[in-house]
Amino acid sequence: MVSLLKQPHPRETRMIFKNVDRPGWKPDIDSYLGDGGYEQLKKALTMTQVGVVDEVKASGLRGRGGAGFPCGVKWGFIKQDSPKPIYLICNADESEPGTFKDRYIIHQDPHQLIEGMVISCYAVNAKLAYIYIRGEFPEGAKILERALAEAREKNFLGKNIQGSGFDCEIYVHRGAGAYICGEETGLIESLEGKRPYPRIKPPYFPAVLGLYQCPTIVNNVETLCHVKHIIRLGGAEYAKIGKPNNTGTRILCVSGDVQKPGYFEVELGSLNMGEVINDLCGGMKPGRTLKAIIPGGSSAKVLRAGEKYKIKEKGPDGAMVDKEITLEEIPMDFDTLAAVGSMAGSGGVIVMDDSRNMVETLANINEFYAHESCGQCTPCREGSLWMQKITRRMVSGEGATQDPKVLKSVADNIAGKTICAFGEACAWPTQSFLAKFPDEFAAKAQKNVTPREVSDGVALQGGRPVLVHDHEVAAASEGGVPEKIAPWELSNASKAGEI
Amino acid sequence: MSNPSTTTAPPPVQLLNVQVDGVWHQFPKGTRVIEACTQAGKYVPRYCYHPKLSSPGNCRMCLIEMGMPKMGADRKPETGADGKPVINWIPRPQISCAQDVAEGMGIRTDSPMAQECRKGVMEFLLINHPLDCPVCDQAGECRLQEFSVEYGNDSSRFLEEKVHKPKHVDLGPRIVLDDERCILCSRCVRFTKEIAKDDALGFVDRGSYSTLTAHPGRRFDNNYTLNTVDICPVGALTSKDFRFKMRVWFLKETRSICTSCGTGCNTVIGSREETMYRQTPRENNDVNSAWMCDYGRLNFHYLHDERRLTAPLLRQADHTLQPVEWRKAFATAAQQLREFKGEEIAVVASARMTNEELYMTRRLADALKCSLVDVVPRTGEADDILLSADRNPNTSGAQLLGIGGDKLGSRLAEIVEGVRTGKIHAVVCLGEDLSEQGLDAKVLEELPCLVAMSILPNATTRAATVVLPGSGFAEKRGSMINVKGRLQRLNHAIPSPGDARDDWEILRDLIQALTGSNGLYMIEDVFKAMSNDVSALQGLSLSKIGDLGVQVVTEAESREVPKTPLETATAAQPT
Repeated sequence: MVSLLKQPHPRETRMIFKNVDRPGWKPDIDSYLGDGGYEQLKKALTMTQVGVVDEVKASGLRGRGGAGFPCGVKWGFIKQDSPKPIYLICNADESEPGTFKDRYIIHQDPHQLIEGMVISCYAVNAKLAYIYIRGEFPEGAKILERALAEAREKNFLGKNIQGSGFDCEIYVHRGAGAYICGEETGLIESLEGKRPYPRIKPPYFPAVLGLYQCPTIVNNVETLCHVKHIIRLGGAEYAKIGKPNNTGTRILCVSGDVQKPGYFEVELGSLNMGEVINDLCGGMKPGRTLKAIIPGGSSAKVLRAGEKYKIKEKGPDGAMVDKEITLEEIPMDFDTLAAVGSMAGSGGVIVMDDSRNMVETLANINEFYAHESCGQCTPCREGSLWMQKITRRMVSGEGATQDPKVLKSVADNIAGKTICAFGEACAWPTQSFLAKFPDEFAAKAQKNVTPREVSDGVALQGGRPVLVHDHEVAAASEGGVPEKIAPWELSNASKAGEI
Repeated sequence: MSNPSTTTAPPPVQLLNVQVDGVWHQFPKGTRVIEACTQAGKYVPRYCYHPKLSSPGNCRMCLIEMGMPKMGADRKPETGADGKPVINWIPRPQISCAQDVAEGMGIRTDSPMAQECRKGVMEFLLINHPLDCPVCDQAGECRLQEFSVEYGNDSSRFLEEKVHKPKHVDLGPRIVLDDERCILCSRCVRFTKEIAKDDALGFVDRGSYSTLTAHPGRRFDNNYTLNTVDICPVGALTSKDFRFKMRVWFLKETRSICTSCGTGCNTVIGSREETMYRQTPRENNDVNSAWMCDYGRLNFHYLHDERRLTAPLLRQADHTLQPVEWRKAFATAAQQLREFKGEEIAVVASARMTNEELYMTRRLADALKCSLVDVVPRTGEADDILLSADRNPNTSGAQLLGIGGDKLGSRLAEIVEGVRTGKIHAVVCLGEDLSEQGLDAKVLEELPCLVAMSILPNATTRAATVVLPGSGFAEKRGSMINVKGRLQRLNHAIPSPGDARDDWEILRDLIQALTGSNGLYMIEDVFKAMSNDVSALQGLSLSKIGDLGVQVVTEAESREVPKTPLETATAAQPT
């Protein structure tokens, strides 16, 4: 049998993924302890809680879930002397299309996550933590339960951990298959047993009014694993990995039209997109050329090959200078991807070659977001399905000339107008695909269609009474007798362009 | 009883400077932005927000442009030429329903950004809406219609098939749901959870397919379900009792109170010509917040009962009851009553009568020199929300006017016994049925004088010598005092049927027939006379009571009016 284990690429820096695909490695505690496991927890427990937070602040660690928010700053929002219990939640609801990193940590190195979590709990003074794992990971949940039992047995969990006086317990909670549970306040609602409707912020910032209205920290799996390595290296040393403000390593999940898709842990910003595709992934498929990249999970804005992107770079004299680069030259770090109009997001890099039709691609993405909108806020609930219906129709060959314009307007009416970032997540693909590939959309929007001709709710679609009125006014102004128009004649009238 | 709040001054209210559409206003700390806008005369449209419920911020209709004071290098707000803070406008629109005003806050309710947001939300709400306004029961009081006028498009851009959802859903015994009309604002869900304490409703499915439903296997059936029809901004939830009975724009609105229990929920009666079609709660934070129970709300159909007594009746020689003119009825009743001495007469009144009627009852008893007067107590099970254990609406009034002695109903046994033993020969029964007190038809029929005032026939009217047809609560004016000691007003919404008359007038004319003119020509005269006699009512008049009533009695039988978590929190927090 051919081994499925994949050797790390030479340009990778394996820290979090050190034990993933490691020959002879087992996800049990013996393997882990034999490799220096839980030593960082022991070390952290000798430090002060504030000391651990300070190291994480110094490390510059940014959240690996999607938003890239500085982890230490987030922890700093917690008032440690809170009279209410403090909770820590590990967000293992990895559901952003194109993202497949957390599952490998959970499957192959669960103790690394547990160690990172206990250290983090200690730092924010949380005695209770939850791992919210997506329902589609039943095996992962079992592995975590087993690992937690092992850790409990060895007193890396439970009462008076390693004699430190610190108590900590972790529970696994399985989701039921909803993307929105990855949104931290939706996750909290779900954990409380409710529909995962994201909460309004203000006032429900998790650090203040989180789980059961108590201070709560929600961190991604990968982020929590990094905490262990920050303790190992010290914050300042860790910060030397990667680039300023983009520190540490990052797991890229590359999918799409490359020769060798997969996961790669690299120093942040050490590789540009061209290197990711050509070095890590063995290049584009034979005879194909790069067309576009979605760099941070399906909700990140698409970037088009052949375009020039403006970034600011530190010149030799230290001053910031403008620079134009190609798509392939964009370094894979938080700040640069934001500067070129997209985001590093969840690390899911989706590569598309010239065989891809962008309308079809967007239609695929829109199907996902229409299915996953929780339905709480009006714009996202109605808009995501509307966009799905338009792109689905365009793909079927029934695209109307006004479709691209309507699509953009619908997306614009969603983004920035909803409770949670799902609004942006579902609007950004449409906005960016339309902006980057207008010709492809125009090509699939050729039919002259008016609402009246296709809608089933014809007589009541707005505007018709106005048309009758206008027609009568027009007839009157021409000196003619206002003609009474039967409703069934109106569509003909409007078709002929009389009104 | 001493009330601590009257002795200590309330803490001073902190006023915050807030700019609304370019004009600086001051609002008390804790004011919601959306309420502040209303106070500033800038109404912000909304669907999901309801001042008595929690704010989920989901409809997104109340998006506005908001800004906070720009901070200078010294961490103090920068001030402009007008001496007011310079505002840093937030680039994203903000909902106004879930945030309180803050010092130096700027609000733009009608900026291009805010208008654009509302237009977008309106379009989204209508693309999958059936737009069946002509046959929708909500037409005329529908928020979608209202806000479409300002923010709707004149034509649709929607080329797709609409989402189809369940229609005519039998949600509960009193409610029908049309899920296609539902805009998922969650007001009903929050109401039944937060106010009715019955977590019966919720959404299933997701995205645009989200569907309102009752908990699987359950019906939406508590005593407060119809409030969800009131707060539903669209035609999704409709009342089985009212739907398709009348277009709402034909309804005349009359402010009144519910008379089905001692709470006295404030109401609006919806009537057209001679018919009352519905009553809905009217906000009064000292009584019923903004709600009323289903039992009270629907307890009005008896007004249109075909058995209503519509003419005075006299017992004939052949023992039948025959209609007569009022003059004849009064003369006969007076003649019969005059036959007996005061101690041979009893008066049984009702705590469903108004203060004015009870006052006239007292005068009648005086005219008859009768001291055996009582009212019939009526109790039931109370809930912790609005329904009072006292099912009489005016027990406090009867107590205040001294009808029935210290304990209401305590003399009923004496009256019953007197009738049975033949000690009492004449009974005036006002709005009650003596058979419910254990006096059967045979005993009643043997009374030489039984004057019964009622709106519907009962065992007493059937045995009466004189029957006087009165008016129901929607057919008359008057006042009542609720269990918390609040004096409130009933108003005349519909005419009494046939020759039936206002009860106070009947009593006045009966007294007049007994003792001659009494100078009471209008109900205002009765109230004036009553306020001269009763110290608690001194200085008041029917018009001075106002639409929200006045507290006249110390909270003898104190009951809490339901408060929302929000109100409780606000009350607990000194502002």
